[in-house]
Amino acid sequence: MTELALAIENLSFAYGAKKALDDVSFDVRPGECTILLGPNGAGKSTLFSLITHLYDSRQGRIALCGFDIKKQSLKALARLGVVFQQTTLDPDLSVTQNLRYHAALHGIGRKAADNRIQEELERLNMFERRGEKVRQLNGGHRRRVEIARALLHRPSLLLLDEPTVGLDVPSRQAIVEHVHALVKEQNLAVLWATHLIDEIAADDSLVVLHRGQIKAKGKLDYVLQTTGANDAGEVFNKLTEGHKG
Amino acid sequence: MRLLHYWRAMMGIVGRELLRFLHQRERFISALVRPLVWLFVFAAGFRAALGVAISPPYETYILYEVYITPGLIGMILLFNGMQSSLSMVYDREMGSMRMLMVCPLPRWFLLGSKLIAGTAVGVLQSYAFLGIAWAYDIQAPLMGYVWILPALVLVGMMLGALGLLLSSLIRQLENFAGVMNFVIFPLFFMSTALYPLWKIKESSEILHTLAHYNPFSQAVELIRFALYEQFNLDALIFTALSFFVFMSAAIFGYNPSKGMMVRKGGGAP
Repeated sequence: MTELALAIENLSFAYGAKKALDDVSFDVRPGECTILLGPNGAGKSTLFSLITHLYDSRQGRIALCGFDIKKQSLKALARLGVVFQQTTLDPDLSVTQNLRYHAALHGIGRKAADNRIQEELERLNMFERRGEKVRQLNGGHRRRVEIARALLHRPSLLLLDEPTVGLDVPSRQAIVEHVHALVKEQNLAVLWATHLIDEIAADDSLVVLHRGQIKAKGKLDYVLQTTGANDAGEVFNKLTEGHKG
Repeated sequence: MRLLHYWRAMMGIVGRELLRFLHQRERFISALVRPLVWLFVFAAGFRAALGVAISPPYETYILYEVYITPGLIGMILLFNGMQSSLSMVYDREMGSMRMLMVCPLPRWFLLGSKLIAGTAVGVLQSYAFLGIAWAYDIQAPLMGYVWILPALVLVGMMLGALGLLLSSLIRQLENFAGVMNFVIFPLFFMSTALYPLWKIKESSEILHTLAHYNPFSQAVELIRFALYEQFNLDALIFTALSFFVFMSAAIFGYNPSKGMMVRKGGGAP
């Protein structure tokens, strides 16, 4: 049996009396792109904060590649790459300086880091711009750099928190294609939070989150079948009661 | 292998801080202008009004400028510590703090590395100030400039840890200005940076007690004695203890299950 890249079991979380996640369970397997679909306030960001161990879960369990995020957090985090919703690059440093910083945090030596930086930037057609300050890059290019950075330490699971928000259509499309290619070519597991329906590919898995609860999960075909919907958009509207994101 | 990881990560964090410091020349200049204004303007103006009698570590009557120089170094480190914590609040709002917190290293180590990085910048600024003061004829014994290094590091770490603690308590950048007023001004003015303890005692016993137990006073005295090649054990113990308390509280503040971030709800690091 293939080891799960991400296993979430009966996860609940509340901010005081306000419940943000309620008994959430799902898995992400290697070579699988799982789209976490939900309107604003569904609990996606809280879920990401728990998976990345920015918060501790009080009820339920999260395991990355078999490592419990609470008990073996360092081993778990070493297998995780993250692209947060907000850009987290230092605008005053160059692309290379930002990536070297990340490589250092993961204990990668200078030479190996430079090789990997070249490899990841070339794959995203950003190598020519490695010496430029991040401030000089547009939103789409910054996102590419962030994806390159998240892959530098060769993670097993890539978390993407609405990475295409605010980007133009070609930039969005490029990122969607690139991530799906990584899933196929490198057997990478991806959990992609979004509320943009057109980012879902036919063979993606879907987890629909609404008001902290999972409303549907499984391969897109399966979810369409069980909900009686014609497409992902209809699934979203049906399960989130037409909630506008 | 694990040690090498820690070493590389710490070098990465310190290197990034120094790079940012080099890129922000105005930060360096403004960090120097503040104490220099105090030295050239305030101290010169108050030279006559505030005579300082002989008291350790000084062996003779000194000019007021000489007396406040260690206090102004303390001021540099105090502002640098607060600036570091301000940048952490900014980093948290901008999200780059998250990148640090999700890397596979313990929180205490990451916060400690941040602290070392901030202290390195503060020490550089302090030596630049001492260089200018030397040219202005405020000269300590040569070995004093070596003695002062460990004192600068400890004081920088202690004030940086206070900054870290504050940054764990403050959710938004806008709240920072208020806290600065409640922290920096009382710490600085209620200390031995500008006037000796005995002088404070003449005016108020309560103020004297507060100033005596103010960690910033002890930090300034540690610097003052070190600059004149003397060792102040009380100041060292007090400063080290303050560092330990502030750092422990900051680590607690950034703890994902116990810290303030969770209790406040939603303000992820």
